[in-house]
Amino acid sequence: MADNNAVPKFAAYICSGCGIGDTLDVGALEKIATREGKMAVVKSHPFLCSTEGVELIRNDIANEGVTHLCIAACSRRAKTEAFSFPAAVSRANLREGVLWVVAEGSDHDEVRQEMAEDYVRMGCAEVKKMTLPLGNPDNKAESKRILVVGGGVTGMTAALAAADAGYEALLVEKSDALGGFARNLVKRVPFNAPHAEPVPTGIDEMAARVSSHPKIKVALSTTIAETAGAPGRFKVKLSNGAEETVGAIVQATGFTTYPLDKLPELGGGQANVTDQAGLETLTSAANGGAIKRTDGKEVKSVVFVQCAGQRGSGGNGDGTHLDYCSGHCCATSIKQAMYFKDQNPDIDTVVLYQDLRVPGMGEDFYRSAQTKGVTFTKGKVSKVTGGNECTVEFQDLILDEAASAAADLVVLATGQVPNAGVNLDEWTAINTLAEGGDEAAKQQRTALVDNTSVLKLTYRQGPDMPQFKYGFADSHFICFPYETRRTAMYAAGPARRPMDMFQAQEDATGAAMKAIQAIENVSNRRASHPRAWDLSFPKARLEGCTQCKRCTVECPFGAIDEDERRFPLFNEERCRRCGTCMGACPVRVISFENYSCDTVGSQIKAVNVPDEFEEKPRILILACENDAYPALDMAGLQRMTYSAFVRAIPVRCLGSVNTIWITDALNSGYDGVMMMGCKKGDDYQCHFVKGSELAFYRTSKIGDTLKQLSLEMERVQTQEVAITDNARVVQLINDYVAQLEKLGPSPMKGFG
Amino acid sequence: MTTATYKNSFLKEVEANVEDGHMVKMCMQCGVCAGSCPLGPHWQHSPQKLFMMIRAGKREEVLTSDSMWMCTSCYNCIVRCPRKLPITHIMHGLAHYAHRLNLAPAKQPTRAIAKLFWDNLVKTGRVNELKFSLAMYFKDGFGQGVKNSMAMQGVGLGLVKAGRLSPMEILGGHKCQDQNGIQKIVAKAREIEDKRRGLA
Repeated sequence: MADNNAVPKFAAYICSGCGIGDTLDVGALEKIATREGKMAVVKSHPFLCSTEGVELIRNDIANEGVTHLCIAACSRRAKTEAFSFPAAVSRANLREGVLWVVAEGSDHDEVRQEMAEDYVRMGCAEVKKMTLPLGNPDNKAESKRILVVGGGVTGMTAALAAADAGYEALLVEKSDALGGFARNLVKRVPFNAPHAEPVPTGIDEMAARVSSHPKIKVALSTTIAETAGAPGRFKVKLSNGAEETVGAIVQATGFTTYPLDKLPELGGGQANVTDQAGLETLTSAANGGAIKRTDGKEVKSVVFVQCAGQRGSGGNGDGTHLDYCSGHCCATSIKQAMYFKDQNPDIDTVVLYQDLRVPGMGEDFYRSAQTKGVTFTKGKVSKVTGGNECTVEFQDLILDEAASAAADLVVLATGQVPNAGVNLDEWTAINTLAEGGDEAAKQQRTALVDNTSVLKLTYRQGPDMPQFKYGFADSHFICFPYETRRTAMYAAGPARRPMDMFQAQEDATGAAMKAIQAIENVSNRRASHPRAWDLSFPKARLEGCTQCKRCTVECPFGAIDEDERRFPLFNEERCRRCGTCMGACPVRVISFENYSCDTVGSQIKAVNVPDEFEEKPRILILACENDAYPALDMAGLQRMTYSAFVRAIPVRCLGSVNTIWITDALNSGYDGVMMMGCKKGDDYQCHFVKGSELAFYRTSKIGDTLKQLSLEMERVQTQEVAITDNARVVQLINDYVAQLEKLGPSPMKGFG
Repeated sequence: MTTATYKNSFLKEVEANVEDGHMVKMCMQCGVCAGSCPLGPHWQHSPQKLFMMIRAGKREEVLTSDSMWMCTSCYNCIVRCPRKLPITHIMHGLAHYAHRLNLAPAKQPTRAIAKLFWDNLVKTGRVNELKFSLAMYFKDGFGQGVKNSMAMQGVGLGLVKAGRLSPMEILGGHKCQDQNGIQKIVAKAREIEDKRRGLA
């Protein structure tokens, strides 16, 4: 087993298979590796990824003391299992990056060979700056317990799922009993066939199971007072004075119903107009008998109004209420209509809907209600008037006429509003003022945390998880289910999107499984999504730090706090290894073992830049390894052709691009620099949330530097590239080369 | 503003008095019947709309509508309905109920022919074709009757010549042998039907 205390010994291995040896001068590549790359061992093999080829490398590691490898073969994204060694490894992409994209024919032999030689130079230079990541030896999970915040259906399910899987759970509930919103339900919508009748909620049984489970500790009438630390070692202070250590957190704080007093046009606040929660109360009071209004009169006719205050301009409002559909309300209204019909079939029961939404097998439930005599009609309600006799005015969309229905009681299906905690944009604005000395802002910040915050994180970037549009808790960022931008924290249930009890239970189980995964990753010193299993971690040479705070503010995952001297305090267990902190740092003190300013900078400097008389431009491409670099590889796979003058370097994220690379490249005589990253903006595709956005922002600030170097703005470009853009990426490159040739060679050529 | 009440009283009435009326409440308003009906452009209310009117309590408008009288029993709606509702049967049932309540449109031709046919049949147990034809010709008045007779003159004479129609039927024509039995059968059938609907 290699370790980083061994004397480093560098080796290069060149594969001549897949046509590389037929087209490129492998002997020349070997010379480059030996003389310029300073590799102690240089070998080639016609089938490097074969058992024999891999054995060749393993022997050198075991017997020759090789610690660092440069593999010049196919793309780093290919043969990852074969080329997995206990050594620092760089990959020079000769197949997808040279052989398959440079135009065929002897006319291109010279530029093709030069391209390949540069990639060998780059690979050798890169591996010299690497060390083998072994995982942070300081990381360990002090606790494998899972904290569940919220004791409703979602929270109880998450706690049971974790406990039944063998992990301890700590369940914190603000109220004095388990059950949450479901505690007030008389019955629930059925989850299983035949989907015909409302069924008992089963909440009491679930709560009893939670309370008696040996691996679940329940804290009632309790909230979180503070959460500090990091995955595997969160230190949680509770409002009851207890201090607990947990490894991961599931936020299951549920929802509140949209308030009736915001719906005056639908009779909110008026007599005998209630919402679904209010009807549960009336039904519960009836205790199986006739359902009565608050004035004691038995209800003989009832109208349910769906989409009350929901779905924006598509609903009853004009965008002034909730813009989204809460999903569960139609099935809930069907259930409640059945309360009436089951008690007395003669009660006139009408459901006014705009689109009847009964997800899952709710179609059977709807049909069952019709069998009982519930009347459904498609109508857009304009006004509800409460009182001794209520009136619902609506446009009947089947009969196509203005209509009115009288009823003893009107039930509005208002929506779910998530209990997600503090909105970080709001918090950041207040915090900025407070840090600037504003006393009113300081009080406002304290009140915001005390009254609204759920997790009360002591994170630099705010006390709760980020939120989505409409205030839902973070979840499912980019294409990773459940992942949030706060490592080892998972939102579940209606706190993250509207859902019913069935969906909430399934969701809670998933969140509990993710929490377990996060804890195990910490125990094994690995990163979480998207760079799962990455063993590298950030280090900072604090002696060079200028306390500018860019890394703490720009980290997409809130991994970096500030210590009492305002130096960055890294919480490696929170880190996703994107390198945004590295890109942010103006004095370049942050690095990873196998990815740093030096590993990329040395590659840039290793390229042989011809002088201006050779009429051969050199163009640097910094390609995000998540989307852009795969697109480049795919272009090669499909034998698309682009210019042999580009030199592509994969980066973890555009957010990790330090501007020193750009200025170094331009200073070295590169004619242009193009950065390729994922889509930015509201529907971003950046795998690290905002790296792409940061790159665009930082690049927009580079104008002054370019002026000082007497360089045109066009020599630096940032492009959005999706993984499916292989044809487009070829066009981008070739157009860029043509554009740069018009500009002429860089005036920095010849000085390098 | 509408006369709709959105109460169940009329729906219950239909359930009690109309063949297969209990299925009206199961309509999910998908509109397949409205789109399938070959009479679609010609009648005032599609079955979908009639069912919704029933559920909305629009009693007068439903029972005075001539829409259900136009149903030709092509069964396209029954074949296609995703809820398998017996729409054709309900349409005829509604027509029948409206007739019994004397609320059907006064000059509805389908109703007229049905009534004349039935009255003709029930007298003797045999249809008197001559009397039936003459009744149809003159149902809209004597003048129109003369016009209708002249228009069909060729057909009539052809039938007489072929021996298919006898002018002597004007004097009574053929009858069933047991006239009393016929009347008892009809009375018994009505009694059974009324009992089934809870009206007796």
